[in-house]
Amino acid sequence: MIEFSLDSRSGVSPYLQVVQQVRQSLRLGMLREGDQLPTVKDVVASLAINPNTVLKAYRELERDGLVAARPGIGTFVTRSLAGDSLAAHEPLRHDLERWLARARAAGVDDESIEALFRSAFRAEHRGVA
Amino acid sequence: MTAAVATDGLGKRYGRRWALSDCTLEIPSGRVTGLVGKNGAGKSTLLNLAAGLLRPTTGTIEVCGGRPASDVAQLAKLGFVAQDTPTYPGLSVRDHLRLGARLNPGWDDALAWSRIERLGLDPGQRAGRLSGGQRAQLALALGLAKRPELLILDEPVASLDPFARREFLQLLMEAVAEQELSVLLSSHVVSDLERVCDHVVVLVDSQVRLAGEVETLLETHHRLTGPRRATRALPRDQRVVTERHTDRQTTLVVRTGGVVLDPSWTVTELSLEDLVLSYMDRPSSGEATPALEVLR
Repeated sequence: MIEFSLDSRSGVSPYLQVVQQVRQSLRLGMLREGDQLPTVKDVVASLAINPNTVLKAYRELERDGLVAARPGIGTFVTRSLAGDSLAAHEPLRHDLERWLARARAAGVDDESIEALFRSAFRAEHRGVA
Repeated sequence: MTAAVATDGLGKRYGRRWALSDCTLEIPSGRVTGLVGKNGAGKSTLLNLAAGLLRPTTGTIEVCGGRPASDVAQLAKLGFVAQDTPTYPGLSVRDHLRLGARLNPGWDDALAWSRIERLGLDPGQRAGRLSGGQRAQLALALGLAKRPELLILDEPVASLDPFARREFLQLLMEAVAEQELSVLLSSHVVSDLERVCDHVVVLVDSQVRLAGEVETLLETHHRLTGPRRATRALPRDQRVVTERHTDRQTTLVVRTGGVVLDPSWTVTELSLEDLVLSYMDRPSSGEATPALEVLR
């Protein structure tokens, strides 16, 4: 079983923090197929957060096919993320390195690169959502 | 879905002063709604109107589909914990529960007692001898055991220490998870509400300044920092909430459904507290009032 924690100053909404923590646990193998997520009531009791926040997070994880709710019992992991995407990391890193080289050649500095990445990331994320 | 609270042009005047004016809003049911504002902004007035303890001067208010305090059935729909979580100092914890059972048709005695047991309260103890946190918990237990559709709490944690505050909110959230319950609670401390609310209403100078779903509000508000410029140069979809300028720099809080693409802006996300404060900051009265209390 994992435990959630919330960083109230991160600017990341509580529901998204829960989603991210589950995904991270899946990636690191702390959660495996068949494992149970903390019940909504447990999360609510330990973090003093709104149950709808937890439900929303779990629903999103369910939509992504990572967990499944068994009514009256709880929410269980159906798919692991460990190793899943690791194979894709290498080629992606190559692409990114090529892109970085181009940005440098154009005279873009570190902070601007970060800002550029963040804004593109946000734009893409918004497009999907 | 009926709204937990729906108001239309609602206003309340005391003598020549409007404690609440032109208030039109809808508070969704099944949610936890935070009512935020400085002291004197009209929070208690709105809550008392919803509870039927006050009659509106103008406009209408409906609570769970009925007029507040219009009949016994309507009274049973609503739980109300007034400011400073009042209890009867001379009565014991047990007496409070007996009283609750006698006065409320839908009273859930098992629920009331299980809460008291979990809190470790001595049933024989007089309420006047309880700590502030325990008294607040007793008031909450009574409000919940009534099994209301809507529970209204006026500044429930204002006088509690941080530990009691957290404990109170934990038990409140557990109740929301267990019971079908809408909650409307007020606070002048935004950080208390950040975790527990999924809907927020901000009152400033007796008027509604902002109302909406927390998630949506967080997604659509950004802080932009960049070289000084005029705000009219912004894209149409970006509405300025606050603006600050130095001779070189401009800092804005904007609301937009779209994405900020201009690379000369540094875009940062706002916490609910920052967001609410930026709305309360907007100059409207011009008078110097103390900033909203911020507790960490």
